[in-house]
Amino acid sequence: MRKSTLCLSLIGVQSVLFLGMLIHAKAQEGPAARQRQSSAALVRSLGLTDLCLFTEARYTRHPAMADRHAAFQDHPMGLDHFPSGSLIAPPTFPSPHARPRPAVPQHP
Amino acid sequence: MIELVDVVKTFQAGLATPFTAVDGVNLNVPRGKVTVLKGPSGSGKTTLLTLIGCMARPTSGRIHLHGLPAGTLPQLAKGDSLEITSLPERFLTAIRRRTFGFIFQQFNLVRGISVLENVLLPTYPTGEDHGDAEARAIERLESLGLARHLHASVDRLSGGEAQRVAIARALINDPTVIVADEPTAHLDSKLSEDFMMLMGQFKAAGKTLLITSHDPIVYSSPLADLVVEMRDGRIVAGP
Amino acid sequence: MRAPVQRYRNILDFALSSLLRRKGRNLALICVYTLVVFVIASLIFFVQSLKREARELLVQAPDMVVQRMVAGRHDPMPAAQAEAIRAIRGVEEVHSRVWGYYYDPVFGGNLTVMGSDDPTLAADAVWIGQGVARNMRVKEGDLISLRGYGGLPMLFAVQKILAEESELVSSDLVLMSPKDVRSLFNFPEGLATDLAITAGNPRELPTIAAKIVEQFPDARPILKSEILRTYEAIFDWRGGLMVVVLGSAVLAFIIFAWDKATGLSAEERKEIGILKSIGWESSDVLLLKFWEGSVVSLTAFLSGVLLAYVHVFFFSASLFEHALKGWSVLFPRYRLMPALDGYQLTVLFFLTVLPYTAATLVPIWRAATVDPDAAMRS
Repeated sequence: MRKSTLCLSLIGVQSVLFLGMLIHAKAQEGPAARQRQSSAALVRSLGLTDLCLFTEARYTRHPAMADRHAAFQDHPMGLDHFPSGSLIAPPTFPSPHARPRPAVPQHP
Repeated sequence: MIELVDVVKTFQAGLATPFTAVDGVNLNVPRGKVTVLKGPSGSGKTTLLTLIGCMARPTSGRIHLHGLPAGTLPQLAKGDSLEITSLPERFLTAIRRRTFGFIFQQFNLVRGISVLENVLLPTYPTGEDHGDAEARAIERLESLGLARHLHASVDRLSGGEAQRVAIARALINDPTVIVADEPTAHLDSKLSEDFMMLMGQFKAAGKTLLITSHDPIVYSSPLADLVVEMRDGRIVAGP
Repeated sequence: MRAPVQRYRNILDFALSSLLRRKGRNLALICVYTLVVFVIASLIFFVQSLKREARELLVQAPDMVVQRMVAGRHDPMPAAQAEAIRAIRGVEEVHSRVWGYYYDPVFGGNLTVMGSDDPTLAADAVWIGQGVARNMRVKEGDLISLRGYGGLPMLFAVQKILAEESELVSSDLVLMSPKDVRSLFNFPEGLATDLAITAGNPRELPTIAAKIVEQFPDARPILKSEILRTYEAIFDWRGGLMVVVLGSAVLAFIIFAWDKATGLSAEERKEIGILKSIGWESSDVLLLKFWEGSVVSLTAFLSGVLLAYVHVFFFSASLFEHALKGWSVLFPRYRLMPALDGYQLTVLFFLTVLPYTAATLVPIWRAATVDPDAAMRS
């Protein structure tokens, strides 16, 4: 067999598999939605706010509930020491709408 | 077959040290005969070959090709003649591919690939059917006694075998003119005689041969119809 | 048109012969190239899939969660505050939640204990997540013992183990009645961990949040949009590990391309001269080098992406497990579902295939146009 035939066949096979991959991904959307149902039910009933990804510490388990200070709770310079800290960042705090307004001085 | 009129080739023209390799050459290479260009190194033989073989353009002068095979650039040829001096590169390449077959002094085979593939290389850009070309290549290699070496790497061949591969490659596109540059430089006497015998076979088949050499086995051979002596870019002896 | 196709195939033949001449080197190159594509594509697939799960699931999260902060730390919320917030206009429902973290000294993992009002949850019973069941090696019907903050152990019957498909949200959960949560943690009545708020009109949420903060400066409201935004930002390319991995990959591609682009060796130059002397045009030489470049990069791209897909969606990204697990003892097992991002795959293609192929052509440009008579003078 000519080398070019073999090469083109290999690339052809890979391209077909690539297309198959795209089709497979599309076809999995239905099963994915079904798989999500039990999780969705729990989120709704319990009011869950986070995915259970990193159970090392409070602020890695519930990053949406944590704030910038959570990682330094032991000491202001106590740097974040969990590996998952490099994968997920805490949300911005304080949120713009939650900024407490300064008390307005009353006129005497 | 090939007519050169006042051909001059100057390298580095316009710079401080111009070098004229070919200085006003007038030559007629007859069809179907063996022409030998004789002379010491530096006499301009190799440069003349490159000009004739459409590999470079002369600085001035004209080169005419007569008796070309039918269908060679019909849009430009007058009958079966063509003046090649001012053609664009792609036409020159087309002519070179079909009209000329080159056998280089150093053989210039592509290392690391097989004998068969080396012989097939000139056919690749033409888009010719691979099966046909391969059959032709095998036939040529068999006629040159290289059937055993078809798939061997060219690095493993002896000098004589390598030259025969170079010859097969030169013949793959069935050229009208065979050009050989110092073909016996790396061969012993026996192999040189064998080479001239092969050339005799090609001449008998109707090919035009143009050989440069300073080897007496070549220029004193009974096969040499025309011997042209060159020195310092000029023809000093010959017709 | 047969002739042009044949020409491409013929020149491809020679390109392959040329690559095979240095079989070891080129094979190693393809392997490393494929590996780099594999790692990046795996990352892309993994992150996209996880982000999509977060998006789809957390859209069901409460509209707003209100926490109370004392001296920068999270503190329980008194019932009075919950009542006052319930009275704010726009607030439809306020659910006082009791939950917390429990550290089990026996197997060293952190559990999330939550109070659930589900009527089917029996007294003195718990529903546990799959991760908890795995770590404690218990099944339905077994008893587990948790050490109460009062000092005494509390026994619970495992009534149910939460579904495997829900591990992504429930792996470390221990659900019990709110009364049991309070007993376990010595959590006084009249206090709640936080509040989950449902608003009548979601567009009013920022206004409601502002009102809450105005009334209670120590309250910290968290909107659902912020929850979702947190998960949009996970595995952000600016994060520590991601920068290292992606940076290394980009560096690798640069090295591959640079190696190709920095000119030809004398031998390659001579070979081009030979090809031109036997009738190859400049365009033929360029096509040859183009084939050499694209065969390597295209093969590497396709293989890398296909392997990455299998790795992430059929083997649950097992190669990333170590990095993801970090120092966690309890680690959820979840099956990722494909979520392909065409944009990112296209970017990856242009990062992988184009620069390398272009880099093989750059040094050839000048060399391919050299006069063939140079070959005569070798």
